[in-house]
Formats: sequence, C-alpha cells, structure tokens
Amino acid sequence: MSSYVKMAWRNIWRNKRRTLITTASVFFGVILSVFMGSMQEGSYSQYISAIVNSYSGYLQIHQKGYWADKEINNSFEYNPIIESKIADIKEITIFTPRLETFCLASSADVTKGVMVMGVDPPKEDKITNISGKLKEGSYLKKGDNGIIVGSRLARFLKLGINDTLVLIGQGVHGASAAGKYPVRGIIKHPSPELDRSLVCMDIQACQELFSAPGILTSLVIMVHDNEEVALSRNNLIHSFSEMEVMDWKEMNQLLLKQIDSDRASGVIIKGILYIIIAFGIIGTVIMIMAERKKEFGVMLSIGMHRFQLIIVVLLETIFIGMVGVVAGIIASIPILYYFLFNPIPFTGQAEEMMLQMGFEPAMYFSMMPSIFYEQALIIFIFTLLIGIYPLVNIQKLIIIHALRS
Amino acid sequence: MNIIEIKGVTKIYDKNTIPVHALNGIDLTFQEGEFASIVGPSGSGKTTLLNILGGLDDATDGVVLIDGVDLTALSGAKKTTFRKNKIGFVFQSFNLIPVLTVQENIEFIMQLQGIAREDREKRTAELLEAIGLSDRKNSRPNKLSGGQQQRVAVARALASKPKFILADEPTANLDSKSAENLLDIMGKLNREENITFIFSTHDLRVMNKAKRIITIEDGKVISDVVKEEIHNLI
Ligand SMILES: Nc1ncnc2c1ncn2[C@@H]1O[C@H](COP(=O)(O)OP(=O)(O)OP(=O)(O)O)[C@@H](O)[C@H]1O
Ligand SMILES: [Mg+2]
Repeated sequence: MSSYVKMAWRNIWRNKRRTLITTASVFFGVILSVFMGSMQEGSYSQYISAIVNSYSGYLQIHQKGYWADKEINNSFEYNPIIESKIADIKEITIFTPRLETFCLASSADVTKGVMVMGVDPPKEDKITNISGKLKEGSYLKKGDNGIIVGSRLARFLKLGINDTLVLIGQGVHGASAAGKYPVRGIIKHPSPELDRSLVCMDIQACQELFSAPGILTSLVIMVHDNEEVALSRNNLIHSFSEMEVMDWKEMNQLLLKQIDSDRASGVIIKGILYIIIAFGIIGTVIMIMAERKKEFGVMLSIGMHRFQLIIVVLLETIFIGMVGVVAGIIASIPILYYFLFNPIPFTGQAEEMMLQMGFEPAMYFSMMPSIFYEQALIIFIFTLLIGIYPLVNIQKLIIIHALRS
Repeated sequence: MNIIEIKGVTKIYDKNTIPVHALNGIDLTFQEGEFASIVGPSGSGKTTLLNILGGLDDATDGVVLIDGVDLTALSGAKKTTFRKNKIGFVFQSFNLIPVLTVQENIEFIMQLQGIAREDREKRTAELLEAIGLSDRKNSRPNKLSGGQQQRVAVARALASKPKFILADEPTANLDSKSAENLLDIMGKLNREENITFIFSTHDLRVMNKAKRIITIEDGKVISDVVKEEIHNLI
C-alpha cells in the first residue's frame, strides 16, 4: 500500500503548476466555506445563548401542561423536597423560582397587557443578568416592593424611574389581584417581545399580588454548559416524573426552526461553491487520464492489475482534493481563532438593526469542529465520486490501444 | 520443451468494418535460450505478433501456447498475473515509470509479485551491475539517456525472472552506439544466463546480432534462419 501512496503522491507533483492551481481552488473554497460556516454557527450560538441566558435558561420544571397553557392555575407549590431533589443532581449549578403570569398594567393614561415575572432577585440575576441590562435606575433587592420594566414597555406607558405602575389581573382560583408598584429600573431586554411586555418583581410581592403564597409556575435550572443538558434533563425527568421538564430546545423551537432554515440556505451557497471546485478537480483528472494513457498501458502490460492501477489514480484524486482541504483548514484556524475573540463589530444600519433585535452588534465566529471536518468530508466524498471517472476508464482501457497512443 | 508454440495464428483488426488482416496464419516455436529477432517492413505485423505472444492481444484464430498454457483460455486478471510472472516486456519508448527511481522501477514488478524486500534489493543490485548502472540507481528516468533508460527497462523485465523477454523495437529511439550497447548487454545476458530474448527491429546491425532471424511480410513468415553455427564460429 505504501508504494501506491508514494507513487500517487509523486504523480500529483509531476505537473506542479496544474496541481497547485487545482489545490488553490480547493484551498480558497475551503477557507470561504469555513468562514461562512463559522459566522453562521457563531451567530446561531449568539442567538441561542442570548435566549438561554436572558430568559429560558437551559432547563425548566413546570406543572404538567404549563408550557402549552401558561395559566396561573397551572402552577405548583414550591417546597424543600423539590429543592433538595434538585440539589442532588450534581450537574446543576444554580436554579431559581419564578411565578409568571399575564395581567393589565396602567400608568397615568395608558393601559397594556404585560407579562409579570416574579423572581428571586439575586438568583435570577445570576442566570439572566437583569442588572446588566439596566438602562436606568437600579436592580431589585430581595423582598423589594418595586418593579423592573422593559424599555419599550416603559416608553409605551410613559414610565420613568420612581413612577408608579398599577397592575390589575386575576390570581389563583379566580381571586382578584391589584397593586401599585414603583419603577426601580428600566432594562433593555434582548428579546423584543419581552422588552415590550416584561414587568419583573420580587417573587414574594408577586405571590401576594396573585394570592398565591408559595406557588411557582417555573423553576429555571442552569448546568455548566450545553453538553450537560441532556443528562440533567434525564435526571430531572426521573426525579420529577409528575412534572413537566423541558430543555432550552423544547422551549425555543421557533428560534431553532429559524436557525435550521438559515443553515439550509447556507448549504445551497456552499453547494454551488463545491460544485465549482469539483469541476476544477474533474478537469485535472480528465487531463491526467488522457496524458498518461500510454504509461497506464505499459503498467498493465508488465503485470500490474487494473485494480492496483485504479488505487493509485484514486489516491491521486483524493490527494489533489485533500491537499487543498488540509491547507485551507490549517490556514483558516488562526484567522478564525483571532475573530473568535475579536468579533467584527457592525456599524451604521446593521448595528442599529442588531441593537433593535436585542443582539450585540457584532459578527461572532464559531470554531465548532464540525465546521472543519464537514469540509474535509464533503471534498473527500466529491473526490470519491470524481474517482469513478478514472475507475471506469482504467477498467475499460484496451492495452494495445493505450500502447499505440 | 518449447516455451512458445503458435499454430495457424491469424489476426484481423476491425473485423466488422474494414477488416485489416495483420497476421495470416503464423506457425512458430521458440525454445529456452533463444536470441531471436523478428524483422520485416513497416505494417508487416511484427508488433501484432509480439502482442499476441505477450498476451496483450488475442489472436483471431489459431493456437497460442505459452509455457504450455493456452493464453486464450485465461481471464483478464489471470492473464495479467501470467504476464507478471512469465513474460518480460521492453517497449520502444516511455517504458519506465517516471515517478520511480531506477532502483524502484526495477523493483516494481518484484513488489507486485510480493517478493521480500531483501531479495528485491539483492536482485536489483545484481541487475544494476549487469546493465552497468549501479551508480544511477537513485536517479529518475528523465535524468538518464535513452540508451540508459532502455537498459533499465531490460533490467526491469528481467527482475521478475520471466520465461522470456519480448522487446518491440527496443532500439528504434536510440542512436547506433546506444543501440549496439543495449544489444551487447542483451546478448551477454543471453549467453551467460540463458535468458530468452525475442525482439523486433528495422535496424540491420541489430538484426545481425540475433542468432535467429524471422522475417515476416504481410502477416506471413517468409523466412526463418538460425545463425547459431555462424555465431559459434566467430
Ligand atoms: N489496433 C489496430 N487496429 C487496426 N489496425 C491495426 C491495429 N494495429 C495494427 N494494425 C494494422 O495491422 C497491420 C500490422 O501492424 P503492426 O503494427 O503489427 O505492424 P509492424 O510490423 O509492427 O509495423 P511497424 O514496423 O510500423 O511497427 C498494419 O496494417 C496496421 O495498420
Ligand atoms: Mg511495430
């Protein structure tokens, strides 16, 4: 085998210029494709982490059926048993209780439906970093009787710091709920939806308002990273068989669908790119077959089997593709590594758009290994397909014709 | 025993369109140790005959027995293996594999035969010695003169210890001095190691080095002269 490899390797360098040109096309194609993939995946993980770290968390526990019907009566009583069961799962780093419901909010002369979220201020802050999103004012303290509102909601209701907001709604079992709350802070929430509707308050104040002492709608649970989600989800399902355990994927299906369709559009562009590259390789292989006919005839005459010759030429085809792939990957790693830590900032309109959507206005990159080996795999498969040409050609080669050529 | 025995061999190219009768009933036998040349005008069928003897092409009709084996009965892969083990080939040009060194070229068939490395190297060294190119063993073919390349081709053909060597106009691309030199080496191998050579040629001087001269014309043998006695006298 090693002698086939040696022959194939030397053969591709017989025509240095041609091999370099073909290799260069693969090289630049790979770099382009790696960059595209890296930026796509980088922005997806930015979206995902924005949503995971600003609202859903990695995992949540609810009363069964809550996610489909977010209603305050679909809630559960929080107790030390639940707490200790969660504490037993070692992957879990932090968890926090929430009571979420909808009600009406009125300021001086405007009324609007809002989402009220009762939270444990210090714990919640560790997960969703609300204090970091403050535009004005200050964050809630434990037992606070004030509220934090989204910036667009504040604008709509014409609220400033220390203004009072009236909340009117329905508590558990149809009890009526009403209260007045001073605005402590205004946040810019990355989700436009929440920025338009979020009212955040201390969980105890929230439970009082909705006549729901000790009642939660959700427990938000964090693990170290995405890798631990599946395992922890299973553990949670095991411990809380009576309840609804959801991971961030289940809770953010819409976003994931959008990401998938975006990926699909990337596939089309990459596909076109690869087809162009493939034609370069095909051209080279066709030329190799034409100009080496006589040599092949000699090799078959003196006793080389057709399959042995096919192996050599197939290796050449693979080498021509893979040299470019390897070089492209090696060249793109340091560049991507740089951009991984130095995202490209957006300016002007793009910056505004990103800010409006609640994302950091920068192009993020990813160095997910699949971005790299995907290229290698695709080119490898392409070269195997291209290899069909020499395979058929050598199989059909008539020795005496080859010798006469 | 005859290492080659052919009877009533005909070859018709393009049978279904415009047929070309390249060989018209050839009977020939060759024994071990022959040094035979096939001569004849261009288009007389020399290459066609050698291709059939070498199992590179099939006769349209007739019997071809090589080392007692009926070549027409062998499948493609078996025929390849047969060629690899029994027949050595030297072609007119572009004989050598350009990406392999002289040494690697000579070892190539032995490698295909699965001969162990030490044995290969030992035999290669002997052959390099015999063709007088030991000092060029690490050169690529394109660094050698045409004559040197043909000597390497002879060494490569010998490496697999074939029953005989077929050479189709081995000197056609060589100057007369190189041609003579190549023939001298072939002749020496024939005399000292009893290697069988069958070669075609146009060249009178090359022809005269042969011990047997077979002349064909229009695909027929018109004369077959053995000069053994004359050679022995010299
Ligand atoms: N593959 C082929 N297809 C059709 N005709 C062929 C083929 N090979 C040879 N011929 C014809 O067969 C005849 C004999 O050709 P061959 O090559 O055997 O002659 P040759 O004696 O080797 O000639 P030269 O001295 O020019 O090499 C010629 O008429 C040639 O044109
Ligand atoms: Mg000829």
